[in-house]
Order: sequence, then C-alpha cells, then structure tokens
Amino acid sequence: MAAKKRKKRTETLDSNFRGAHTETMLQLGGNKRELALLAPLVDLARGDAATLEKIDLPNDEARRLMELGFLPGTRITAGLSAPGGDPRVFQVDGSEIALRRETARHLTVRVEKSKRPR
Amino acid sequence: MSDCHSCSAGSVVVLPVDPVSKTSRHVALIGPPNSGKTTLFNRLTGLRQKVANFPGVTVERHTGVAVLPDGREVPLIDLPGLYSLAPRSEDEQIAYDVLTGQRGDIAKPQAILLVLDSTNLARHLMLAAPVLALGIPTLIILNMADDLRRRGGELDLTALSAQLGAPVALLSARQGEGLDQVFQFLAGAMPKPAPKELPILQDVPKCRQWAGRVGNAARYRAPAPPKWTRRLDAVFLHPVAGPLVFLAVVILVFQTIFNVADPAKDVVDHFIHLTGNWVAAVLPDSLFRSLLLDGVWNGVGSVVVFLPQVLLLFLFIGILEDSGYLARAALIADRTMAKVGLQGKSFIPLLSAYACAVPAIMATRTIENKRDRMATILIAPFMTCSARLPVYTLIIAAFIPNRPVLGSFLGARALVMLGLYVLGFVAAVTTARVLKSSVLKSARAPFLLEMPSYRWPTLQSLGLRLLDRSVVFLRRAGTVILLVMVVLWVMAHVPLVHGHAPTIDNSLAGTLGRTIEPAIKPLGMNWKVGIGLITSLAARETIVATLGSIYGMDPESNQAGLGASLQHDLSFGGAVALLVFFAFAMQCISTIAVVRRETGGWKWPILQFTYMGVLAYIGSFVAFHILG
Repeated sequence: MAAKKRKKRTETLDSNFRGAHTETMLQLGGNKRELALLAPLVDLARGDAATLEKIDLPNDEARRLMELGFLPGTRITAGLSAPGGDPRVFQVDGSEIALRRETARHLTVRVEKSKRPR
Repeated sequence: MSDCHSCSAGSVVVLPVDPVSKTSRHVALIGPPNSGKTTLFNRLTGLRQKVANFPGVTVERHTGVAVLPDGREVPLIDLPGLYSLAPRSEDEQIAYDVLTGQRGDIAKPQAILLVLDSTNLARHLMLAAPVLALGIPTLIILNMADDLRRRGGELDLTALSAQLGAPVALLSARQGEGLDQVFQFLAGAMPKPAPKELPILQDVPKCRQWAGRVGNAARYRAPAPPKWTRRLDAVFLHPVAGPLVFLAVVILVFQTIFNVADPAKDVVDHFIHLTGNWVAAVLPDSLFRSLLLDGVWNGVGSVVVFLPQVLLLFLFIGILEDSGYLARAALIADRTMAKVGLQGKSFIPLLSAYACAVPAIMATRTIENKRDRMATILIAPFMTCSARLPVYTLIIAAFIPNRPVLGSFLGARALVMLGLYVLGFVAAVTTARVLKSSVLKSARAPFLLEMPSYRWPTLQSLGLRLLDRSVVFLRRAGTVILLVMVVLWVMAHVPLVHGHAPTIDNSLAGTLGRTIEPAIKPLGMNWKVGIGLITSLAARETIVATLGSIYGMDPESNQAGLGASLQHDLSFGGAVALLVFFAFAMQCISTIAVVRRETGGWKWPILQFTYMGVLAYIGSFVAFHILG
C-alpha cells in the first residue's frame, strides 16, 4: 500500500517536470526512501516548494537576486502568476518576488515535496 | 520653531532654504524599498519638506526638517531605497556617496535612521551590518510594528540592540505610533548600548547568515503570512478575475481623467477667464495690459488648466501604489508590454499619457530600470493627449463630413478621431521596439518585482504626494511656459508702427511665419498655419487660439468663421496633413521641460523633439501627397 503511494508520488513529480532536464537521485535513509530532484525553478508548479541549489546568472544579477532572498539553501514556494503564467510570484525568505520565466529558468532548485494544486 | 508659522499658513512644500547643505549637520534616512521609509519621513517632517533633483542626475532628493519636542530643528534627507551598500544603480550610488561623505554638495550625515520592515526582519537586517560599519551614530528603526503584532510576530528589542551595538526602535510610521523614540534619538537622549564589533561581509550568503543569527539571538519570531494579502491576491491575480479587475481599474482611471477632470478643467479655465476679464476691466488699454493678459495670464492659464488632471492622475497612482495594487497591475501587464520590449511598470505611465504626457513622464519614476524608464519617457508624448483634442476637433469639424460609416454606430468624424488615436499608438509601439532593440537595449537586467502586502493608503501620504506633484508641475512647467508666452507676445507686437502694435502679418511672428512658409508649403499649409505651428510649440492647443486671432483680425475671414476660413485656406489633403503633423510632433514646451528635468539634461529632449518633428514632417508630407 505504502509502496503504491510512493510510486504515485514519483509519477506526480515526474509529470511536474516533464520536458525538463531532471536528475533523479534516490537516497536511502533508514526505511524511508527520499526522493530529490534537480529542476529549473521555472518548472515549479503553483504550491510546490523547493530549495534553491544554484543561480546560473552573471554575478551582478545573481547578487541582486540574493539580496532579495534567493540564496542557495533557501526554501522557495511557487505562488500565483500573471495570466499565462509569466511572470510568476515566488515566496522566498518572507517576501513575495515576481520573476519572469527567462530569469527563473536560470535558477536550479532541489524539490522537497509536491503538493498538487487543487 | 521660528520660521514655522510660514508653513502653518498652508504654504506648501517649499522651504525658504534647502535644509540640507554642505555645512548642515543633517540626519539621513535609509532603508530597503518597501520598508516604509518615505512614510516615516512624511511623519517626521510633515509639510516642512522640499523636493529637488540631485544635480546632474535623475534621482530626486527629498529634504525636510523635523521639529523636536523642545523646539530644536533637525534637517533630514530621505535617500533612495537600497538593498545593499554595494552600489550598482544610480540611486544606490547616490545614497552610498552621501553616506560616505563623497558628495561635494552634501556633508556626511551626523546620524542615520535605518528603516527596516519588522515583518521581514531577517532579510532586511542584512543591510544593518554595512550601515553600522560606517561608524555614524545609527538608530535601527523596525517599522510596521502594527503588522508584526497583528500577524503574531515578536522579538526581544533589548537583545537585538545588544547584538547590533546600536539603539533599536520598534514603531509604526503609518499609525504614527512610537515616533517619540525617534525624537529621543534625534535629541541625543537615547541610551546607547555598548558598541559591538560587526563583521564586514562582502558576500551576500554570509551576510544573510549573520542576519539570521542576530535574529535568532533576538528571539525573532517571523509573523504569519499576511492573510488578507493572500486572499486579495487570490482575486487580483486570478487567471480570469485578475485581468477583469485590471481592466476595470484601467477604465476607471481613463474615464475619470476624461469625464471628471474635464469639468474641473473647465472650472479652472472659467476662473482664469473671469479673473482675466476683471484685470482687463481694471487696467487701462495699453501694451502693458495686453502683455499681462495675452502673454502672462493666458500663458500661465494654459498650464494651470491641466492641474486638475495632474492631481487626479496622481491621486489614482498614489492610491494604486500605496495600496500595493500597482505591483500587481505591473505583473499582469508585463507580458503584453514585453512584446514591444518594455515591461509591466511602463503600463500606467503610458495610460496616463492619454491625458497628458507631463504627469505621465513624472509617473515613470516607478520604473527602476533606467533604460526602460527612458524608453517609456521617449514614447509617452506619442499617446494622444487631451491637448491634441481641441486641434483634432477643430480640423475634423471643418473638413470631415458628418456622415455615417457603420450605420449609426460609427460616424466618419469619430472614425478619423479613432484613426488618429491608433496612429499615435502605432508610432509609440514602433518607436519603443526600435529603441529597445538599439540604443536602449537593456543589459539583460532581470525583471524583479517585489509584491508588497496590501495596505490602506493614508490620507497624509496621499495629500503630501499631491502637493508635491502640483508644486513640481506648476513651478517647472509654469516658468518655461511663462517665458515662451511672453516671447511670443513680444514677437507678435514688434516692430512697432507709429507707436502701435503692428498687424499680425507685419509683426515679427508674421515675418517668421512667412519665412517658414516655403518649408511647410509641401505639406499644404500657408503662413498663417505656420504661425500656429510656431505658437503651438508652447502647447498644442495654442494653435486654435492663434488661428482664431489671426483669422479674427481679418474682417473678411472674421465674418466667415474659423472653420469656413480654414476650408478656404487649406485643401483636404492639407487638413489631413495638419492632423498627422499634430499626431506626431512634440509640440509642447511643458513636455520638453519635464523630459529635460527627468532625464537630467538637454540631450534626450532635443533628440526626442527632432525625431518626432522629422516624423511629423514626413508623415504629413506623405498624407498631403496621397490625398492632395
């Protein structure tokens, strides 16, 4: 039963990241199998949370993003967006910051968990 | 308190002298954007403030005076918002230069008020380390105490103060709560904790780690997410409801500018005429009276009539910005604006430009990206402003027959009017594309937009904003207009013939009109229209008054009426050419003045004037030769 549930979760995650270059890593920790995925921030669906892994942008731009809270290791939740999904609001370090897709594409996150939006 | 009765009499934002100068020992307010820094500045100074530009740049410099309870006056300067002390933008550079005493015109501040948002303390504290390291006495102000309390956040102020080695005050600038602590600090009466050696951190992650540790040591508990903001965003950023609300706001702004501001404009116009007539009745008929009435009074009046529009527009922008909706509107408009190379924040200024380019260009201040702001300023005058309407109405009524095109739904006149709106819009969009793919190509600056929590705008902040803008509008545009109108008046009244003013065709203006006639003949226009084109350099609608007076001086055309005289002098092609000319040309001295002010030099206004002028000439040449 539990295995089935886990499998379903994996599928959900995969369907979230369809088309993206994802790297699947399976970590064995006791009985629990934790799943972590690397994906561009732009692929995060609304309500999904992830941890920022790295910013692949020139120094100046990366610094501005970091000053706004986009620091490696910080938890980011994808929020609402403009019609058409671009730009999207991200909840990060206590604030809500909107980024265009072209920027969010250069941020890599490690997915923690997935909550399907209703 | 000595010169304070001057402000209690309601005498506006103008201080007798700039309170912050090379020698004054002033206090600087700094903080990240959205920390409520300006609200606090308004609270502390009230009407005792002044806006000017830092010399040579487009950054506004807000200075003011805070009066302590014991009557002492402390000069304050509100520096541009900044996220860090590593300056990258022009705003940040200026704030940095002032704080480090590197600006020639302003002394190093004697103290700093560092304003941080207490509901987002961990991130905002990052700025505290470099600011405290400057070695200037600093009060750390944790603003938005009311929000923090309501959302269940808390912290230990004594512990935070000990951690930072600086006094800390928790207050709410919006509610005016806890301001006594600031006065206490300014009076030098606040107890100072033992100074602490702070790490000098260049790298952001380390800075954030330090801020996190300080927050933890001060037992900072972050508040719950803003409930109402989430609820409102669920509507305002809803895939369907969001754009509908956006559209409703746009229509409301547009409608108000036209339907509410126009009667207000008429009232002001009527008042100016009334006072003008009164002055005319009192003074004997002389050249001086003519100068005063036709030159000064009508000249200044032609600017003042736009004040209701400017005020209404800024009231709207004020409410939208202070409430936090402007950031959402920019978000929704971003994708559409991105198609012409601009961004969401350009939308509201461009919409405002349909009323008047002057407030629209002033409204571009909300765009931080300098190149995007410049592009928005440069295309704003293409939008069909209300000053074009009298010209369009006159020409269309005289030359376009009033016959239906689409049944009773759309008449020929309305269609031409609509076409002129579209023409201006297309010119703006095309220009934006060209600019953004060439000279103003952005250096891939990421579009970052912080979504502030929704807040009720305060009356004080809205009131001060309106006052501020009206003073800037009247002073800057008014002085230039005044000068031009006087010059025009003189040109229409020299050379004197037997001690009397010459007829218009013998005056200097008439000579000038005939001199430029060869240039405008290919456009199907005569020298009388030429004089109109020259006078309309001051303001577009001046051409209506000018043509009125030129044709009025000739008894023959006076009897026929302005419309009929124009029909006699202009061919159909020439009339359309004139319309096209006004759609494109930058015939507005107020706009030129405001562009000069906002771009910090003559380079851009001259380029813009030339470009729009050339476009207007080519456009009307083509129109005349196709239709003529």
